[in-house]
Amino acid sequence: MNAATTADWRDQIFEVLQAHDVRQVCHVPDAGHARLIEHCQRSNAMRTIPLTTEEEGVAIAAGAWLGGQRAVLLMQSSGVGNTINMMGLTKTLRVPFLTLITMRGDWGEFNSWQYPMGQGTPRVLEAMGVLLYPVDKADEVRGTVDAAARSAFDAGQSVAVLLRQKLIGIKDFGSRRR
Amino acid sequence: MKSNAVLQRRPLVKQVLADADDDLLVVAGLGSPNWDVTEAGDRPLTMPLWGGMGATVGIGLGLALAQPSKRVLVITGDGDMLMSLGSLATLATQQPQNLAVLVLDNEKFGETGNQATHTSPRNNGPTDSGAGADLGLIAKGCGIADAATVREPGELPQLVADLRQAPGPVFRVAKVMVEKLDFVMPPQDGAHLKDRFRRALLDRP
Repeated sequence: MNAATTADWRDQIFEVLQAHDVRQVCHVPDAGHARLIEHCQRSNAMRTIPLTTEEEGVAIAAGAWLGGQRAVLLMQSSGVGNTINMMGLTKTLRVPFLTLITMRGDWGEFNSWQYPMGQGTPRVLEAMGVLLYPVDKADEVRGTVDAAARSAFDAGQSVAVLLRQKLIGIKDFGSRRR
Repeated sequence: MKSNAVLQRRPLVKQVLADADDDLLVVAGLGSPNWDVTEAGDRPLTMPLWGGMGATVGIGLGLALAQPSKRVLVITGDGDMLMSLGSLATLATQQPQNLAVLVLDNEKFGETGNQATHTSPRNNGPTDSGAGADLGLIAKGCGIADAATVREPGELPQLVADLRQAPGPVFRVAKVMVEKLDFVMPPQDGAHLKDRFRRALLDRP
């Protein structure tokens, strides 16, 4: 994959994670992250770790850092609430933390059940001292994820990239909807 | 009904950690397991948690994957383990050969006043009943094949050998007595504990 010619922003995220030597990729299943997760699963340099709930990823990332490796947590905004208590661990240990969050309940979302956590996501993360790097334009994804990784791994910050629904596209059940 | 456990947690942990060298990395769960490992000897390559309930196995997993040539030992309690049962399934997806988990199960939430945990028997009286939850079976059911429960002093040498040397993932529950023990506390500052751990392991903070 050539960094200079890759057009798709999901492929660009994979390249940025590779460039920052991220070795442990914690994730829950997610349509928005699916292509990125598959890239990571095929990578020899990365280990993908499917979680039963998002907060496990915060603990694993802290353990990875203790052992000298970098980790990332891939999740949806729907799972952010599950991680909030664990963010205290990140702050107390002062370990870097990077999460890439695909937003739901954000921009033309059809499912009303997604709105409370989607709309609450920035505020609850901010309450735990997590820096927010929102992005809604495809041509800004690479630079944003790169900056977030620098803030996390070079400066020890907790950083969340919010991949807005405007970027990902509205989930549409289309003809299967009755 | 009183628990019929006969194992004492402090001498057990001391035996498990005897002659710990730089190839043994320990993560201890909050509360009693933290005080237990500290009495066995405060050391940079032991990471004792003062909080983060439910995080212990996850931290051990991330550490074990990052350091495949070191032995990683997670020592925690039944309360912490019950809060993160899903992490056993997550651990099993990775099958880390260098990771062992020891749960010191006294069937009580010790830090909050010895209320019954879910590993306490059912029908144990109005204020002391649990579910009889079997953490060894749960671990096995999650995909950790080498999972077992230890109750007798005679089993301790094998327990120590399994935790320190057997191909992982190893999961052991030790049924331990309810005891009133002194608090033996390590440093509390999390960043300090993390930095000294990384310096000892990686030569950088």
